[in-house]
Amino acid sequence: MNINQLIALAPIMTIAGTAIAVMLGIAVRRNFVLACSVAAVGLILSLWSLGSAWREIPIQTGLLIQVDAYMLFYMALLLSSGLAVLGFCYDYFKDREGQNEELPLLLLTALLGGSVLVGSTHFAAFFMGLEILSISLFVLIGYPLKQSRPLEGAIKYLILSGVSSAFLLMGMALIYAQCGELYFSGIGGYIASRDDMNIMVLGGIILIVAGLGFKLSLIPFHLWTPDVYQGAPAPITAFIATVSKGAVFVLLLRYFISTDSYAYKPLLNIFSVIAGLSILGGNLLALLQNNVKRLLAYSSIAHMGYLLVAFIAGGSISSVLLIESVTFYLFAYFITTIGAFGVVSILSTPQTEAEDISFYRGLFWQRPWLASAFTLMLLSLAGIPLTAGFIGKFYIFAGAADSRLWGLLFAIIVGSGLGLYYYLRIIVVMSTNAETTAIEPAQYSISTAVLVFLTMLLIWFGIYPTLLVNVIQLVAYAT
Amino acid sequence: MILLVLICVLLLGGFAAWFSERRNPAAPRWVAIVTLTVEVLLLILPYSIASETDGLSSAWFAEFSGPWIPRFGIGLHLAMDGLSLLLIMLTVLLGFMAISSSWTEIKNRQGFFFFNLLMCLAGTIGVFLAVDLFLFFFFWELMIVPMYFLISIWGHENRTYAAIKFFIFTQVSSLLMLIAIIALMLIRYNKSGTYSFDYFELLNTALGPDAELWLMLGFFIAFTVKLPVVPFHTWLPDAHTQAPTGGSVILAGVMLKTGAYGLLRFVMPLFPEAAQQFAPVAMAMGAIGVLYAAVMAFAQSDLKRLIAYTSVSHMGFILLGIFSWNPLSLQGSVVTMLAHGISAAALFMIAGALQERLHTREMGNMGGLWPALPILSALTLFFAIASLGLPGLGNFVGEFLVLQGAFNVNTALTVAATLVLILAPVYALIMIQKTFYGPLYQHAPLSDFSRREWLSLGLLALTTVWLGLSPQTVLNVSAPALKQEMQSSVVKEG
Repeated sequence: MNINQLIALAPIMTIAGTAIAVMLGIAVRRNFVLACSVAAVGLILSLWSLGSAWREIPIQTGLLIQVDAYMLFYMALLLSSGLAVLGFCYDYFKDREGQNEELPLLLLTALLGGSVLVGSTHFAAFFMGLEILSISLFVLIGYPLKQSRPLEGAIKYLILSGVSSAFLLMGMALIYAQCGELYFSGIGGYIASRDDMNIMVLGGIILIVAGLGFKLSLIPFHLWTPDVYQGAPAPITAFIATVSKGAVFVLLLRYFISTDSYAYKPLLNIFSVIAGLSILGGNLLALLQNNVKRLLAYSSIAHMGYLLVAFIAGGSISSVLLIESVTFYLFAYFITTIGAFGVVSILSTPQTEAEDISFYRGLFWQRPWLASAFTLMLLSLAGIPLTAGFIGKFYIFAGAADSRLWGLLFAIIVGSGLGLYYYLRIIVVMSTNAETTAIEPAQYSISTAVLVFLTMLLIWFGIYPTLLVNVIQLVAYAT
Repeated sequence: MILLVLICVLLLGGFAAWFSERRNPAAPRWVAIVTLTVEVLLLILPYSIASETDGLSSAWFAEFSGPWIPRFGIGLHLAMDGLSLLLIMLTVLLGFMAISSSWTEIKNRQGFFFFNLLMCLAGTIGVFLAVDLFLFFFFWELMIVPMYFLISIWGHENRTYAAIKFFIFTQVSSLLMLIAIIALMLIRYNKSGTYSFDYFELLNTALGPDAELWLMLGFFIAFTVKLPVVPFHTWLPDAHTQAPTGGSVILAGVMLKTGAYGLLRFVMPLFPEAAQQFAPVAMAMGAIGVLYAAVMAFAQSDLKRLIAYTSVSHMGFILLGIFSWNPLSLQGSVVTMLAHGISAAALFMIAGALQERLHTREMGNMGGLWPALPILSALTLFFAIASLGLPGLGNFVGEFLVLQGAFNVNTALTVAATLVLILAPVYALIMIQKTFYGPLYQHAPLSDFSRREWLSLGLLALTTVWLGLSPQTVLNVSAPALKQEMQSSVVKEG
């Protein structure tokens, strides 16, 4: 390994090193503030080292990981989200009993898994990254050990994740049996060299999609989602909804582009059915929820469906527009979802999780800024202008219209109509008059700062997305 | 540049109104008044240019253009012609009326109320000015959100239902329009290789007949839901009835006109052939809407609901006029837009004033109010007969021109629509009869119009008379714009 490869891998190694440092730190002295600050410094260092890695790209480091613009951009996104989640976690856990020092450690290992995932070009890295991510998540979900809901969520996630890994491995095995390759590019070469479809490879990809479908919580693989979202502590839910899903989706996209799997047209039909089901099913089920966390869980199912539409459009649009639309949508989704769960996390106290919709009654008049931020997040999820979510939706519409997916577009419209109903319901509840006396809100300065920053980003990219679009285009052309 | 300022003043005014509440709970309404006054001053300049349009080479007399999202060729492109000027003047006038009618009605959270009101106006003016389709869509969506808040926070008993219904109807239909806009942009991209959402560049895009029809439908549905036209009208009676008076004034007076404006500005010039093919269907929808809504209006017992249905009826006339697509009927549609905006706003203000005094909108609980409220009753009678189209008042001019223009295009539908001249007096007079005649229902002393209410409605009454007696002033301003719309749809056919 030469120096250039080392520089290119520095961000990943920084995270791994920070994780070890936090672990050793805990062994010496248990201190939640210290653990969080070490983790935050490590994340910032890693983000900073992305800059120097940028100069080396594209470069193959070792056998498994390709450091390129695509990877670095998404790593930056994942790490920044990790930093934001860490901020919410700090305020959320600082007043709680129990030993919370392992929390930043687990966040770091999960981010390590995610970073490997977005850079992997080989089945081994793919699987390793996914497992590091998942195993960290089991513990994170069940972190409040003495409560039943988090434990229930953790067990559910553990079992279903295990099953999905089995699917994944079987799929990889089938593909390997036929192609004799574990490299994405090798598989791509095999697919390109044959005119007809190979049924083993097709079956393999379908199994992989089923495995990843679990992680992305697409219908019909979504059953764990509401329980895990509800059970996990609010900042951790934000982490699952963004980092875990985002990294998996990014990998799926890279796999499809570099193995040329878009040539397998039947796959796109399967995807279309999954996307349609996720959009309609997610939105319909969300209508029935009175629990904000479960509601956001179903809404995230629908959002993954929207994203999948952009992904399906990749079959007939240029890969630049494909990467651009997926990336912008993911970016907006990250900001919005972290922000929304951030509000839930700020409102939660060690005694009660702010998950029932009645908890939000009159929030507009008691804590106007917080309620305004939440409203903006919800409007962004609904895709209303002035927010980044609107531009994201515009991208999906543009991609889908370009590849003439009229049926799916229609599903998106119906889904948006339904979605609007339950987002507006929360806003209505927030704007009703509350007679209850306001509880003195806890002062969460770090969470508030993060939330303000996210809200500003949301509006900035909603009104003037040009800067972000230019960066994303740079990434898309370099890929 | 002045066009951008027109929008920004309202945006800034909105925030100023919101924050001024901290200083003084009564300050927001004054901030709103000042903001609109500045807006009026800003409009003087374009108007002075517009009134001498004969010498101008193009109907567009003010323009602003800047980059926004170059990736897709989206520009911050605003332009004003006679049509947009007239509608903006209507918007500002009714903005004053909305503030006036909310003066005492809105008691709590005035800051946020006037913020939303001004945002609504800003969005609407943006819609009337945008000539970049993406920007147009942006404003189109933007005016919905504050109106949603106006209804859902300050509305009446069933406000949540009405507000959500309003939002979902308009949002879903506008997503159809968004798809049509994107598809139109992509078709042009495949031909020329550059992205653009600019109205003027998209104007002469050659489309296949099928594509043209589908795209036209996308726009048509979005605009007719907003207009609204039967069968897409069901959100309107709910929204109007539940909205606070100020919200109803803006909704009926201005927001419905954005639908008509969209048909006139975008549907006809962008898709002339498909629109011509589709014209009989659209005109039939218009005629059915005119009659159906008039009958429905007659059947209502809720005063605001009755007025809401009369709006639907008048909007049918506008649709009929636009799809007849000749100078007479278009002028008629424009005059109807203005006249209806004024008369409907006035009627909603009166309904609001009655509700403030009687705490009911049910006409069954009213009756015999004339001796108790003479000025209010007289003004109601005036606007009721204005709304039924009495010659000498604005609405008559509009309806007459529409019917005259449409007669040559489709005689049968025009004759059918003319029947409303019988139905309109029926619903207008039943309203007067139930509300003001008969035995007095309530015995508590009622206060007649205050000076503020009297002045506002008097101003509207004067405008209606002026519009009826000398419509030529208005026609002169809108004529070049309409001529240009007609030309641009002809050029493409040739």
